[in-house]
Amino acid sequence: MALDTSSPSRVSAKGPAPVYRKSRNPLVWVREHIISIMAFFAFCYLLLPNAVVILFSFNKPNGRFNYQWSTFSLDAWKNICGAPGICESLTLSLKIAFLSTLAATILGTMIAFALIRHRFWGRSGTNLIIFLPMATPEVVMGSSLLTLFVNIGIPLGFWTILIAHIMFCVSFVVVTVKARLASLDPRLEQAAADLYATEAQTFWRITFPLVAPGIGAAALLSFSLSFDDYIITNFNASPASVTFPMYVWGSATRGTPVQINVIGTIMFLLAVAIVGVGQLISMSRRRALK
Amino acid sequence: MSAFATLERMEEPHPAPPPSSGRQRGRLTPYLLLLPGMLWLALFFLVPMVFLVSQSLQTGSVEDGYSVTWAFSTYADAISTYWVQFVRSFAYAFIATAAALLIAYPLAYAIAFKAGKWKNVLLVLVIAPFFTSFLIRTLAWQTILQSDGIVVTVLDKLGIIQVLQWLQFIPNDQLIHSPVAVVTGLTYNFLPFMTLPLYASLERLDPRLLEAGGDLYATPWTSFRKITFPLSLPGVVAGTLLTFIPAAGDYINSHLLGSTKTTMIGQVIDGQFLRVLNYPVAAALSVTLMASIVVLVAVYIGRAGTEELV
Repeated sequence: MALDTSSPSRVSAKGPAPVYRKSRNPLVWVREHIISIMAFFAFCYLLLPNAVVILFSFNKPNGRFNYQWSTFSLDAWKNICGAPGICESLTLSLKIAFLSTLAATILGTMIAFALIRHRFWGRSGTNLIIFLPMATPEVVMGSSLLTLFVNIGIPLGFWTILIAHIMFCVSFVVVTVKARLASLDPRLEQAAADLYATEAQTFWRITFPLVAPGIGAAALLSFSLSFDDYIITNFNASPASVTFPMYVWGSATRGTPVQINVIGTIMFLLAVAIVGVGQLISMSRRRALK
Repeated sequence: MSAFATLERMEEPHPAPPPSSGRQRGRLTPYLLLLPGMLWLALFFLVPMVFLVSQSLQTGSVEDGYSVTWAFSTYADAISTYWVQFVRSFAYAFIATAAALLIAYPLAYAIAFKAGKWKNVLLVLVIAPFFTSFLIRTLAWQTILQSDGIVVTVLDKLGIIQVLQWLQFIPNDQLIHSPVAVVTGLTYNFLPFMTLPLYASLERLDPRLLEAGGDLYATPWTSFRKITFPLSLPGVVAGTLLTFIPAAGDYINSHLLGSTKTTMIGQVIDGQFLRVLNYPVAAALSVTLMASIVVLVAVYIGRAGTEELV
């Protein structure tokens, strides 16, 4: 893997910049840019399915399955709820994702504050318990929760899915908020205290606004984890509580309506918009600080 | 995106809390902050694990109820019946992890060192696939890999299909419903989990170390081998774990892109729990999967830790 030998810092260290003549040999060009070329192909691999999802949301398939291109059509876009059951499952997924994000973000943020701001007996044990759910295969978590619910006789459905989703989102929230908290400059809070701010004032005016982006990122992450989960959900759901991923799974055998792709495309564009707006806000904030 | 990048930091010992600023807070405060969240994890993560182990040692049936009989024979039966699926799951996960590392390393390297002001945009592109549901994207691979698609046509012209067929990686001249399709899907699905920790550790690399290497007449390849790669090891360890563990337990890819000949252990556990309703066997398989992953991860972290010191 060739290192970039023409980086400015190196050149300045070695006196006048050597003049590189552009080579006409395409093989030399490939050799020089091999890493960027490999990265380009990696991006193709990563983004190809998204492109297919978007493209096939405008398809009018011949049979029950939307795997082969036939003709351009806006039918599915005009009638998103046209496939039976699809919007019910979407509503259920959004509801569960919203509630589990809310709960997991609160629980996880509290844990993150305890871990970063306090020294207490049992810290490493706490860290281990936070880490474990992220290192456990979903099928093990899903099946163990099912065993619990079956053995103590809790009926499966909305509430069991919600319990499971809060459980696996908490760890990710803790890790995300913890990183943000750890990178905070403690002198900012000390300065507030020096200026006679009470502890509550310091928290709400200094600490919280600074940690907020981390909490926001954690909430977004929980939302997408919850909305996207199939394996754990499938173990803890009932036939009456079909989430959107369960609907998609079922459609792989029944026939895939084009509306699945429409919803996938909308989710994609929405998330890109949210991330874009977030970037703009942080950029304008940085500019305001200068 | 910070979320995934920060997963990697878990490997490090946690920085000590800042010297207590202002007044000393109550000694109970941390426990009150921890209580609700930890209680949730205890009740719905740890307790279920105990139930799972207990279930695996019980005999009985769904209708008559179960009782703990310390039936270790369930484990012997379950493993002797399904060892093929176990081996297959770990083999697929291993190949997918290796492939993801080979693809993600240049990608993370390019983003960290060659992207300039496009860094943030490229990082968003790495997580962009997550914005569309996992299952929908995996279904999209059905379209991409189908017999008369572009990918298969090109690979056929290049003779790669024939090579794969000769190597017995694909049963006939189709990619879809073959082990190759399943591993392609697994690699794809967990690639961002590999890329982000790698990026996080490469990004922290001090460029002056490479300059020093160059000044001491190290070739670019030597610099990479002796400086860049060893310093990116924490990212490699985090990324491979974040790819291998979910890949070994995954069965979405093998269900949607594979065939009955690519069944992974997750599919067996799912079937035993939800269709066959043989809870003890399903629980025994689940416990075995968890135990083997814990052992593999412990050995791996131990080895990676010593390599880092060399």
